[in-house]
Amino acid sequence: MTDTNGKYKKVAYYPGCALEGTGHAYNRSTKAVGKKLGLDLVEVENWNCCGAMEVKNIDPKIQTYLSSRVMSVAANEMDMDVVMAPCNGCYHNLKKAEYDLENDDASVEVVDKLSKKAGHKTYEAGQVETIHALDWIKESIGEEGLKERVKNSLSGLKVANYYGCMYTRPRHIFPEKDQGSGSESTSKPHFMDDLLAAAGAENVDFPLKTACCGGAHTLSDSDTSTKLVLNILKAAKLAGADVIATECPTCHTGLEMHQIRAEKMLGETVDVKIMYFTQLLGVALGLKPRKVGVHENISKSMPLLREHGLA
Amino acid sequence: MMSLDDIEQGIELVDASTGPAAAEALLEFSEAVLEHWVTAKGEAPTDDRREGFRLLALHRQGAKGDPSFNACRETCREIAYHYNLVTMQPDAAETTNRVEMMRLVCSHLYLFISGKLQVAGLGEFCCSSKPIRLGDDYEQHRLKEA
Repeated sequence: MTDTNGKYKKVAYYPGCALEGTGHAYNRSTKAVGKKLGLDLVEVENWNCCGAMEVKNIDPKIQTYLSSRVMSVAANEMDMDVVMAPCNGCYHNLKKAEYDLENDDASVEVVDKLSKKAGHKTYEAGQVETIHALDWIKESIGEEGLKERVKNSLSGLKVANYYGCMYTRPRHIFPEKDQGSGSESTSKPHFMDDLLAAAGAENVDFPLKTACCGGAHTLSDSDTSTKLVLNILKAAKLAGADVIATECPTCHTGLEMHQIRAEKMLGETVDVKIMYFTQLLGVALGLKPRKVGVHENISKSMPLLREHGLA
Repeated sequence: MMSLDDIEQGIELVDASTGPAAAEALLEFSEAVLEHWVTAKGEAPTDDRREGFRLLALHRQGAKGDPSFNACRETCREIAYHYNLVTMQPDAAETTNRVEMMRLVCSHLYLFISGKLQVAGLGEFCCSSKPIRLGDDYEQHRLKEA
C-alpha cells in the first residue's frame, strides 16, 4: 500500500468541545477512518477548550494560553510532536497561538505566567506541529494510497466541498500553505477535493467554498445566518451537487440547522445533503454508514447513499 | 449612494435571462456594497481598477488596516470570475445558470458586509469583537483585577 508521510502516522488527537457535542458524528467518523487507514490517534490527555470565539472575544491572550496548554500537554507530557485538530475553530486557534508565541513577547509572558500558575510546563513555539484532519489523511496516506484502499467508489456522487472561513484565514498563521505544488492554497483550498476525488467522487465547481456560514452569529443574528447558509446551499445545488462535504463541526451544524430554518421561516427548500468528508471517505473505504455516524446527522443522507450503492 | 436595502432588492430583482446586462448590474451592486464599507471607514471609494475590476480595487481599499475584511476577498474574486464567464461567453448554454450563481455570490457579499457594517470596529478576525473587550465593563473589571 502506498503511504506518504510517516510523521503523521501517529498523532496527538485534539477533538475539541464541538466533537463531543453537536459534532459527535465527525469525531466518530474521524476515529473510524483513522482506524481503517491504520493511523494512530492518541487523544490529548485532559485537554481543555481552545478558547474558541467566546474567550477570544474577551481576552485574546487567554485564548492563546488555553490553546498553548493543549500543545504543552501533547509535547511535554505525551512526548508527541504533531497535534491533529479536525475542528476548524480549534485548528485555527492552535495555529494562532503558535504564531502569537513566535511573534509576540507579551503573549509569551502571559502564557508563561498562567502556565506556572496552573502548574504545567510552558509551551514554547515550535514544540509541536498543528495539522488539520485534511492534512493528516492527505499527507499520511495521499491520493494514491486512498485509491488503493477504496472499496466502494463514490463514483457518480457529485460533491461541493465546503471549507468554511477559518481553515485558511488569516493567511499569516498558516505559513505552510501557499508553498506551491503539493501545498494547500489559502485562496482556493483543494485538499478535501483531492481526497474525495481519489475516493471516486465528482467535485463540482463551487464558488462559496471558503465563504462565511454565519456560524459566529448564529444566535445573535439568526436571520442573517439563515440567509448566508441558504446562499451556500443554493450555490451547491446550482453547481449540480448531491451533497456538501464539510470539515468543520460549526459549519456542518450551521448548514444543517439553517437548512431546516430556511424551510420554516422563508419557505425555501434546497434538496442537497450535508455530510462530513470523513463520513464520505469512511463509506468509500467500506465502513457501514452507521459506523461513521450518518444516522447522527440531521441531514438525512441514507437514501442518497443507497442510491449510489454505498449503503 | 444607493441604500443597502435598495442594493439587496436590486440583487434579487436582476433578470438572469438578460445575460451580460444582468452580470453588469450585479457587478455594480457589488461595487455599491463595497462603497458603503469604504465610506463607513471615512474614506472616498476609489475609482481605480485592479486586474481590470473596480470591485477588486475597492476590496483592497476596504481591507487596508482591517485584515478581517479579507474574509470576502475570494467572494469578490468569484464575482469577477463569473462576470468574465458571462460577458466573454454570452451565448454559452450555461449563461443563465452562471448569472444565477453570480447573484448568489453577490448576495453573500452583501450579507457579509452589511453584517460587518453593523458591528464596525471588529478585531483582527471577524469573530473577534473588539468593542466587547474594549467596553467599559471590561475596563472596570481589569482595573479591579489589577
